[in-house]
Amino acid sequence: MLEVLRINLCSPISLAFVLGLFARIIRSELSLPRELYASLSIYLLLALGLKGGVELSHASMAELAWPAIVTLLLGVITPCTAYLVLRRIGRFSIADSAGIAAHYGSVSAVTFIAAQQFVQTLGFPAEGFMPTLLTLLESPGIHVALGIGAVQTARLASQPRADGSHPVERRPLKEVLHEVLTARSMILLVGGLACGFVMGEKGYEPVKPFFEGMFKGALTLFLLEMGLAAGARLGDLKSTGLFLLAFGMIMPILHGSLGVFLGHWAGLSIGGATVLGAMAASASYIAAPPAVRMTLPEANPTLYLTAALAITFPFNIVLGIPIYFQLARMLAG
Amino acid sequence: MHTVPLTLLTIIGEGLLRERLITEIERAGAKGYTITECSGSGSRHRRVGELLGENMKLECVVSPEVADKLLGILSDEYFPHFAVIAYLSPVSVIRGDKYV
Repeated sequence: MLEVLRINLCSPISLAFVLGLFARIIRSELSLPRELYASLSIYLLLALGLKGGVELSHASMAELAWPAIVTLLLGVITPCTAYLVLRRIGRFSIADSAGIAAHYGSVSAVTFIAAQQFVQTLGFPAEGFMPTLLTLLESPGIHVALGIGAVQTARLASQPRADGSHPVERRPLKEVLHEVLTARSMILLVGGLACGFVMGEKGYEPVKPFFEGMFKGALTLFLLEMGLAAGARLGDLKSTGLFLLAFGMIMPILHGSLGVFLGHWAGLSIGGATVLGAMAASASYIAAPPAVRMTLPEANPTLYLTAALAITFPFNIVLGIPIYFQLARMLAG
Repeated sequence: MHTVPLTLLTIIGEGLLRERLITEIERAGAKGYTITECSGSGSRHRRVGELLGENMKLECVVSPEVADKLLGILSDEYFPHFAVIAYLSPVSVIRGDKYV
């Protein structure tokens, strides 16, 4: 386990993340231009989609069916468990619990890529169709959690507040669904998968050097930016409390273990089960925040952004992924 | 030159609200608007987060009635939970019929 941890900590991804954190902690003026951040995320998501699509064209339905079913199951289970823990044990409000649960029900594409790179480095590459599972897990968790929030607050919405004002009108589900399904990350991932699937290995060949040759370098630069973004949120840890700190580290282990277990049960390899575990353990910070902000404006953004970005993301990158890998290896015997 | 007195409504808030606010002002009767990206700090102390985008400033020249209606909508639906401010200024414009 220590060797696995060492390999993970010394990877360019982890080191770039730590460098970003460090730069923010010492209040360096370092920042990546917004356009570069946007360009890198477009490149990474499209590269992921294309490669996944090409791999998907080789995969059989029988191979993909069970992993896809357990992924959807995870998309339903994880927001519910997160909501219940936050509401019952953490005593958070309905909106805050649902808001945070939406983030933990969805998936972080960067954590997914980091896990994929990690298992590849160790010689246990995950199945080629994993990006398909990533797209499957992206949105159900957000809808389940927002649905719980909407149902739970429905009676409050009809009652005026103590000061006589009415709470914000809920947005129709259709609008929320449209927003999540047409988000940049979804278009790039799903669109990339479709393009990769249609073009196949032969069509992909000419663009392969661009999308694969530069991938790890771009990811390293992106992780530097993530380190800066997470570092900027570290100060908020004081206001979010110890419960959320513990939640941000324990919940990923529980969800990650469930993901590894279900992945193993569905027939995924050690690498595949590890990546599915990392996906279930991760918290979204690209797709979920705008959806939650617009649908549950009462939920405190400091809580969900800090939990997802400053606690769970670094935890998974540094410790979580090696833990899920060890678990997958143990299950595989 | 003949000028017409109208009202300039300025809304500054989370960039995420862009589409919703455009729909609100168009529904209320505004004929046009200008949007600029901006940043700053207010009573909510900090912006929601870099991941949710920059702040934006939306300006539109409208009749006092439309301005009043929009302030009502902002007060009811946006001020309680979103980082948004709005203010009115008197302006004089030529071609007044272009705005109302």
